[in-house]
Amino acid sequence: MLTWRRLAACLAILFLVAPALAFEVDEPLPDPAQEERARAIHKQLRCLVCQNQSIDDSDAPLAVDLRHLVRERIGQGDSDAETVAYVVARYGDWVLLNPPFKLTTLALWIGPFLLLLTAVVGVRIWYRRQGREPGSAEGLSADERRRLDALLKDSEAP
Amino acid sequence: MAERTDTGPVADTAAAPARGRRIALAVLPLLVFGGIALFLFNGLYLNPREIPSALLDKPVPEFDMPPIAGRDGAGLAATDLRGEVSLVNVFASWCVACRVEHPLLMRLAEEGVVPIHGLNYKDQPDAALAWLRRFGDPYDRVGSDLSGRVGIDWGVYGVPETFVVNAEGRIVCKHIGPVMDRDLDDKLLPAIQAARAGRAATC
Repeated sequence: MLTWRRLAACLAILFLVAPALAFEVDEPLPDPAQEERARAIHKQLRCLVCQNQSIDDSDAPLAVDLRHLVRERIGQGDSDAETVAYVVARYGDWVLLNPPFKLTTLALWIGPFLLLLTAVVGVRIWYRRQGREPGSAEGLSADERRRLDALLKDSEAP
Repeated sequence: MAERTDTGPVADTAAAPARGRRIALAVLPLLVFGGIALFLFNGLYLNPREIPSALLDKPVPEFDMPPIAGRDGAGLAATDLRGEVSLVNVFASWCVACRVEHPLLMRLAEEGVVPIHGLNYKDQPDAALAWLRRFGDPYDRVGSDLSGRVGIDWGVYGVPETFVVNAEGRIVCKHIGPVMDRDLDDKLLPAIQAARAGRAATC
């Protein structure tokens, strides 16, 4: 009898709580095309609380608020660029998971390619030198040249 | 004799650059290592949570917040932040780190160093009110931002945050996280003094 009552209480709690959980779930925009655009923007924006997640992935309260905000702007008819600019104006370039290409991020974007280029050029120079130096007769003094000639002559006439 | 003077210097000058090059090659990796080490060492002391505010040197966003229901005193609007240098402190009763900095804010208010305004971020009014009764109320004006929308306009992402606003209503300095004595002395007070003197703050 008691266990039945307990079970009923548990079930009651379960079903009473479920609608409360529904409030936490994002309400999508009525227009599917707009919702899709909003979701695409969510994926580009960094959750500032968790830092390496997009707001689309995060359940941090701020991420939820920012998702609402993006949906609201899109719903009002803002373009994608305007919506992103609105958030960037408040949180800076840092909110963009893809950093923009500009003067302050130049090193970030072209740095790796510059390093690669330096490495390729360096390796080429190194190889070229390795390959040439033992065999080349350049840079020998007159003395060394004479010794070299003598050695070569010896080996030719056994 | 003539031959000797001919080859001698040539051999010498050929040996000298080779030796110089060898030294350079030995030193180069050390220099590269030193450069990278310095760069990374410096990185140890950077705070990755500290994000430069996009709002520095910009006017405060337009906003008008009602007061916390039940608190004596006015709400907070953008127009209230013009006329004198002030601090705007983002706080909430659910924010543990806010308690850490609270005694310092109380001291600033008691000594009348600078007017402090509060932005009560996503907080229940009664919880905020109880919190202020319990720990003290250092604020001049407090605006209640129930939805967190004003917080977003201020670029808030980690409560507590503290802004120095100059007399023209421009944000000249921002501190993220609890204000400790060192932050006050090294960052906020110099920024307040610079703002009062009309100088550009280094923040």
